[in-house]
Amino acid sequence: MHQEVAEPVAPPTGDSDETKLARLSAAIDQYGSAKSGLIQVLHLAQTIYGYLPPHVITLIAARMNLPLSEVAGVVTFYSFFSTVPRGKHMIRVCLGTACYIRGGKQLVDHLKETLGVPVGGVTEDLKFSCDVARCIGACGLAPAVMVDDVVHKQVTPAKLDAIRAAY
Amino acid sequence: MVNLTINGKEVTAEAGATILETAKANDILIPTLCYLEGVHQAGACRVCVVEVEGARNLQASCMVPVRDGMVVQTNTKTVRKARQMLYELILSDHPADCLACLRNQNCELQRLGQRLGVSQSRFEGPAKHSILDISPSIYRDTSKCVLCRRCVTVCNQVQQVGILNAQNRGYQTVIGPAMNLSLSQVDCSYCGQCTTVCPVGALGETDAVSTVWRALDDPSKRTVVQVAPAIRAALGEEFGLPPGTLVTGKLASALRQIGFDDVFDTNFAADLTIMEEGTEFLGRVKAALTGGEQAVLPMITSCSPGWVKHIEHAFPSQIGHLSTCKSPHTMLGAVAKSFYAERIEADPKDMFVVSVMPCTAKKFEISRPEMANGGLPNVDAVLTTRELARMIKEAGIDFVGLEDSDFDAPLGLSSGAADIFGVTGGVMEAALRTVYEIVTGRELPFDQLHVKPIMGLEPIKEAAFTIEDPLDEYAFLDGIEVKVAVTSGLANADILMEQIAKGESPYLFIEVMGCPGGCISGGGQPRPTTPAIREKRLQAIYRADEAKTLRKSHENPYIQRLYDDYLGQPCGHLAHDLLHTHYTARGRFNELIADEPDPGCELFEPALGAQH
Repeated sequence: MHQEVAEPVAPPTGDSDETKLARLSAAIDQYGSAKSGLIQVLHLAQTIYGYLPPHVITLIAARMNLPLSEVAGVVTFYSFFSTVPRGKHMIRVCLGTACYIRGGKQLVDHLKETLGVPVGGVTEDLKFSCDVARCIGACGLAPAVMVDDVVHKQVTPAKLDAIRAAY
Repeated sequence: MVNLTINGKEVTAEAGATILETAKANDILIPTLCYLEGVHQAGACRVCVVEVEGARNLQASCMVPVRDGMVVQTNTKTVRKARQMLYELILSDHPADCLACLRNQNCELQRLGQRLGVSQSRFEGPAKHSILDISPSIYRDTSKCVLCRRCVTVCNQVQQVGILNAQNRGYQTVIGPAMNLSLSQVDCSYCGQCTTVCPVGALGETDAVSTVWRALDDPSKRTVVQVAPAIRAALGEEFGLPPGTLVTGKLASALRQIGFDDVFDTNFAADLTIMEEGTEFLGRVKAALTGGEQAVLPMITSCSPGWVKHIEHAFPSQIGHLSTCKSPHTMLGAVAKSFYAERIEADPKDMFVVSVMPCTAKKFEISRPEMANGGLPNVDAVLTTRELARMIKEAGIDFVGLEDSDFDAPLGLSSGAADIFGVTGGVMEAALRTVYEIVTGRELPFDQLHVKPIMGLEPIKEAAFTIEDPLDEYAFLDGIEVKVAVTSGLANADILMEQIAKGESPYLFIEVMGCPGGCISGGGQPRPTTPAIREKRLQAIYRADEAKTLRKSHENPYIQRLYDDYLGQPCGHLAHDLLHTHYTARGRFNELIADEPDPGCELFEPALGAQH
């Protein structure tokens, strides 16, 4: 989505808390001097932490001298930002019109049931996140499911189980 | 100038004016919902749509500036149908419990429906995201919110506190603090300006009416009531009297009819505040000029609890600048439960002190642990102007027809200096009237005792004068220039605070009132407070002052007697115990800073996972 504007960053895992904080701090120094840099800062923060926990949102509000409610408002407006930890793999079921008609809704229900988490949730072992997408531009493959960057076509509940098992 | 046609009528307007403003100036009324003159123009509700020739869609007239040659129609079938449809869509997720809503008959949404001729509600949407958040001062009921965003503008642009913002998106949108926190968990000042602009019942003061009725119905309670200066200049509006009508006498009568045992005037305590605050100020200046003691200057007034809470959050390291004086109504509460209790031989435990205030922040203020003496709160309940109006109606009192009466002695007599506590600049002027005279033995050298430069509704006002020929006791002030500043509204106060934080403040004394214009436009005052209404209330306050022969706090004989018989000296031991307080460095994220400021990182963990 906004990947092209991101700075090249290391994967979210592995860094110590101090390193993460230092990297966030550097990101705020670089982009946080004007209000217009908020989305960029949030984006980098999410890259560093994997999601936007409350203390990160608070720190950004404090450092950029913006109301906490405004920063949180931006975070919760864009579906790209997540305030809950994300799993190692992100499963997105497309609910664009074509996918919806061809069974996307049933796939979402099935996924919620098998993973035991709601849309936007993450499994207890932090392996999978479950989300929906609003048309990924693969209508000819409907219903489509994306796991991380890979698109799977004409998915059925049974096929979805098989895809999931491969991770 | 721009020439255009509205409904076939040729009109002219200033360039930059909106269609809505231009139409209004030409007696063509366009219905609005979210629009708030001079404050909020967001085009959020679309109710003000009109047809503009050549435009593809209907245009929100509050947003679109007039152009030369524009042809506007405000009353066509398309426009009427669109407005009705918009209204029905707003109703689709609005609870239909009008009859049991506090805003019934005083609701802008209700009035709008009537005006648009809507007689049906065809759509039923999913119920709105419902959060009921009750803080000591303000309640939020998001199920009633119509997302007009007036409160967002007032909170972020006018007051610049930024507590309320839109969270989430689409149907999930809710106006509120960050991360589903409640108002009492964040740095809300409780100024209540949001409650005065809410068109519906989504934001309002937290109820004290039922508590007060309970006390009134309890025969073992001695109920003492007091009213702030700004009430008398605004309460009449709730009963259809024109803005700016002074209803002091009717107010006292109404309170007596409601059943209060003692009807006192917070004005009395305003005079008392001047004695204490004036003495404190002179003490600080003396310490600064004669060396030795450390003195924090400028001193800042502490009458406005919204302001006090704001400085505790936003400038925690500067709270030493606040006067240690309690606010006037808590002073009166403290005096009522000590001096007056002794006098009438009542047990202060059996007394119930009610303050009628133009303010929502005072509701929180009375719950502060430091606003208590001998284990009893100084004040037991705070009613806003709006709540008192409700009680008067509930009691079946014909307010407009009431005879005038006076407040009770001894805590009911006050000077004109106390009246002007209700308006920006008033506390400073009242203080100067007394302090100048104490220092020089002469009357403040201004026409009618009014310090003109600090009167009026400008955001930041200042005045300066040089002390010449002081009394011997104050010889250290000879030739000293006293520079003072007055401001109202939290955004303006922040400007003066930044100056102080940088060590660049040129002032010795600053008056701050948390609400723009002062208490006359407080968060508990009748809705609406427009610039015109604010001005009328201001004039009424000055009329009340000028109508009194007693114009200076230190000349109030009851104040003099209170010191002689009971308190001793201003800022003396007993006065300090009863009338002064201290403050809490809360910090921006409510981290309650003890000594060292904390970056406030790990604060909101409990609220985790509230979104989506």
